[in-house]
Amino acid sequence: MAEMVKKATRESFGEAIKELAEEYPQMVVLDADLAAATKTGIFKKAHPERFIDCGIAESNMMGVAAGLAASGKIPFAASFAMFSAGRAFEQVRNSIAYPHLNVKIVGTHAGVSVGEDGATHQGNEDIALMRSIPGMVILNPADHYETKAAVRAALEYEGPVYLRLGSLAFESFNNNDDYKFELGKGITLHEGNDITVVATGLMVSEALKAVKSLEEQGIHARLINIHTIKPLDKELIVKAARETGKIITVEEHNIIGGLGEAVCSALCEEYPAPVIRMGMNDEFGHSGPAVELLKHYGLCAANIEAVVKKALA
Amino acid sequence: MEKAEKKNLKIKACKIRMGVIEGTYNAKSGHPGGSLSASDLFSYLYFKEMNIDPKDPKKSDRDRFVLSKGHCCPGLYSALAERGYFSHEELKSLRHLGAMLQGHPDMKTIPGIDMSSGSLGQGVSAACGIALAGKLDQKDYRVYAILGDGELEEGQVWEAAMFAGHQKLDNLCLIVDSNGLQIDGSVEDVGGPEPIDEKFRAFRFDVQTIDGHDFDAIDAAFQHAKTVKGMPSVIIAKTVKGKGVSFMENQVGWHGTAPNAEQYQAAMAELNKRLEELEAE
Repeated sequence: MAEMVKKATRESFGEAIKELAEEYPQMVVLDADLAAATKTGIFKKAHPERFIDCGIAESNMMGVAAGLAASGKIPFAASFAMFSAGRAFEQVRNSIAYPHLNVKIVGTHAGVSVGEDGATHQGNEDIALMRSIPGMVILNPADHYETKAAVRAALEYEGPVYLRLGSLAFESFNNNDDYKFELGKGITLHEGNDITVVATGLMVSEALKAVKSLEEQGIHARLINIHTIKPLDKELIVKAARETGKIITVEEHNIIGGLGEAVCSALCEEYPAPVIRMGMNDEFGHSGPAVELLKHYGLCAANIEAVVKKALA
Repeated sequence: MEKAEKKNLKIKACKIRMGVIEGTYNAKSGHPGGSLSASDLFSYLYFKEMNIDPKDPKKSDRDRFVLSKGHCCPGLYSALAERGYFSHEELKSLRHLGAMLQGHPDMKTIPGIDMSSGSLGQGVSAACGIALAGKLDQKDYRVYAILGDGELEEGQVWEAAMFAGHQKLDNLCLIVDSNGLQIDGSVEDVGGPEPIDEKFRAFRFDVQTIDGHDFDAIDAAFQHAKTVKGMPSVIIAKTVKGKGVSFMENQVGWHGTAPNAEQYQAAMAELNKRLEELEAE
């Protein structure tokens, strides 16, 4: 076991790429003038010769990453989710994904928990964009330890990966230095047969608090952590629908195109079941402190608990 | 350049042009105009300049080529076939369902293609990445990329140019196939990328402007580019869109139109005649 740490997943990512640098000499890291924010600066400090600041030009950065990967490098190309998945979408699609190049696209500051910067910088559509690209793997780790495992998994996998990270520091729950996960396999964090909550990223720890509280009230909710949004663990989702009947999905993302719709797609073809999608309800975010924003949009343990109760009423 | 060598490059360019007509005629689509304008450049790169081996298309010390104006792949494919990467027969199935030769270059399936391309502006960035990898690995391969003058209207070209200049990628040589025409009309009427030379100079490139159909000029420019240290190079090749097929020359309509049977016969007759003349020289 390891100690609980309160960190943003971007910070854990920065530490992980630094720690894995020697094991993966082909790894290079690219950023677009946000190294201090995306935390690639941690890598830059340790390995300046393998760090390339591309300036404020995300489209070019993705193309450069493609060229590096075509030459045997493993580039991590990082910016805010809004820019790495949004602004550079077509570069990611055509220069990286179409030739299936081994680029790890990193989108930090995903979701409304960006906070005060407001709607222009809150990437709530990145999962939808990346899901629509053939062959793209999407990882959205839930805490410090899972982020470190996700970075390793991304390196071990050969092909394009989108790594979604947050900017808000929060408490870890997978407190284990040897924490490992299998790419594409969901994790059942809490057993229960009354209903299933499927959560991803920052929302997993909120959902964990909610199901624990519900348990104390005699409501047995199952909780599944989906760290790999694509390829989705359909088997685990369908099994949960069969065994618990109803599903609630929770994500810090638009309910259009994200985890919720991925779960709906998986179910409608094999075992149609009612799904309640919690997330941004097809709206833009707002400026404000991150935690207050999450509460405002109902992306918190208290509201997850309330939605579960309403679903079972 | 020696006479025999120049003669050979002219013959290869003529054969490349014949492959362009063959491919687009059989595809009933594709882009002959810009393929023909760049054919002399393809000939020079694939038969004189680049360190490549068709028998070992992925050899690690090879020079790399990116066709940033990917729609002109009928010309590139024809050059690759002529160089022996695959058979000329493949050109006849260009753009066909199930065929190897895609409408834009696909590095996964086509031998000799170093980068998938076609979405304009993106190839230049990829070429920068390949050049940067060469620097990081201390390899001495060179990276060439051909882009169109219309393509210069894409903002990404200038992001990439700023990057190349800033990173001092002197193993990178861009070639602008400056044929003056794009789909909607003349480049000057549509997007106005001129002055191209001053723009690249401002982005810290070594800039040369040449006649892109004159092999002596092409040779001098590429040889000079190799001597440039501490900055990337760009060769602005002034060309004629549709070059070599008289009824296609300087006609914007031939940007993305395939010849019909009659036009195919006429174009091949003209190119065959030219080939005979060249071989008799």
